[in-house]
Amino acid sequence: MLTIFDYDFMRNAFAAATIVAVLAGIVGYFLVLRSQTFAGHALAHVGFTGATGAVLVGLSPLWGLVLMTVGAGVGMGFMGEKLAERDVAIGLVLAFALALGLLFLHFFTSYATQATTLLFGNVFSVDTSTIWTLLALATPTLALLAVISRPLLFASLQPELAEAKGVPVRLYGILFLTVVALTTAECAQIVGVLLVFALMVGPAATAQQLTTSVTMGILVAAVLALLEAWFGIALAFYTDWPASFWITALSVGAYLLSVIGRRLRPAAA
Amino acid sequence: MSDTNAVAFAHVSLRLGSRLVLSDISLHIPFGQFIGVLGPNGAGKTTLMRAILGLVPPFAGTINVLGEPAQRGNPVIGYTPQLHGPTPGLRLSGWDFVASGASGHRLGLPVVGRVERADIDRALGLVDAQGLARRPIRELSGGERQRLLLAQALIGSPKLLLLDEPLISLDPHHQQEVVGLVKALQGELGITVLFSAHELNPLLGAIDQVLYLGRGQAALGTVDQVITGPILSRLYGTEIEVVRIKGRIFVMAGSHDVERDAHQHDHGSGHGHSHDHADLTHADHL
Repeated sequence: MLTIFDYDFMRNAFAAATIVAVLAGIVGYFLVLRSQTFAGHALAHVGFTGATGAVLVGLSPLWGLVLMTVGAGVGMGFMGEKLAERDVAIGLVLAFALALGLLFLHFFTSYATQATTLLFGNVFSVDTSTIWTLLALATPTLALLAVISRPLLFASLQPELAEAKGVPVRLYGILFLTVVALTTAECAQIVGVLLVFALMVGPAATAQQLTTSVTMGILVAAVLALLEAWFGIALAFYTDWPASFWITALSVGAYLLSVIGRRLRPAAA
Repeated sequence: MSDTNAVAFAHVSLRLGSRLVLSDISLHIPFGQFIGVLGPNGAGKTTLMRAILGLVPPFAGTINVLGEPAQRGNPVIGYTPQLHGPTPGLRLSGWDFVASGASGHRLGLPVVGRVERADIDRALGLVDAQGLARRPIRELSGGERQRLLLAQALIGSPKLLLLDEPLISLDPHHQQEVVGLVKALQGELGITVLFSAHELNPLLGAIDQVLYLGRGQAALGTVDQVITGPILSRLYGTEIEVVRIKGRIFVMAGSHDVERDAHQHDHGSGHGHSHDHADLTHADHL
């Protein structure tokens, strides 16, 4: 009898999900801590334009995603706090980004399924070369975050004090959004641009419900993202429902459970 | 400019955008004193502190901190910024929040070493916050959070503490507690403290000198030297009368208490000021 690991596409799916989930869980922890979850959402929308644009000119959608999200991430970093007060403008830019992506797809009619794949992901279509690309992107992204994580944490919790202590707060903000942009592009390969929240925000938000320690929080976020991605893929295999649905459902379910769990023991820290 | 000065301003002018906040100020803050920094909103209390921190370069003149020119990242200064808006990381424990400031400027992973751990615990001990540090910040009161901020400022054993409005949104009881704690620390550690506030009264009895700012000018001296009609009239640009009742001091323009007014502007309309206003009416008739 064949197990789920006997299929190439399943092994590829698990390998890709492992790389992306660990990255997304860790980056997501800082994203939630900095209350910048909206940035992750925004970058994913902009990434859709990049991906469809890349398909139109005959490039891999992943590179389109990476280019657009990193460009937008750095741009957002430079605009800094000014961005936070302009939700209408941002909303319009995001809507236009999706619409532009739709237009690009319209010109490329032969790939009707491309839209669904980009928007909602298809982890079972990941091939070996994509796995290597994901790993090649995830490694420097995680390394960059590791190098800046200490001053980033300080600047996130106490921006004015960090500035006084000589921390280039703005620079770390820009570098972090670059990290978020690369992570968004990676996540989109697994769960699609619309469900990036499932891997980046869900596990991190759950972790912050469960522990008050930074180190534990980062660890829990990574482990949760990993478990949600693995079980999501396994459930998709046995039910034939989309993996993105299962991963998102597990992510949301875990968060709800953590909130309910907190409510039931309000006295505990 | 001898080394005994904690802070020395020589003909300093400070600008915030196009606005001249301080104009040609020269003053010397001796080492080891507790200084109350007062003045109406927008008088430049925060800008003055940011200039000492090296974050706002003087438009003219020089600022020296413990004999060295003011510069960003000066390790001899501890600082608590004014609290405004929601604090990030509310779900973290007090300990993790305070710890983020220990060597927080260095690159690398946010791992706390043994030396840093000892420093964090020492700072928490100084403000008696070891117990608080185990709880998530969101469960702490304003006064308790202020204690954690103070602990964070004490990491690295600074010689000069800049506390920007630590009494904001605290009730009178907790205000007294914070002032008492800072006074005790200042004496125990033999450091210099600049403590900005809206109101003079909570600081009376604790401070050695007042630094009063207003209309680009500054006056430094004891409470009796500075809190006088002529000096404050110059700083406010309007006729000011100083009224003393039962050891408390009211700075009045006509029938208004100007410090109180500033306080109320910041926090919306009155919470618990009615009693004081009764005092004021009384003062008016004196």
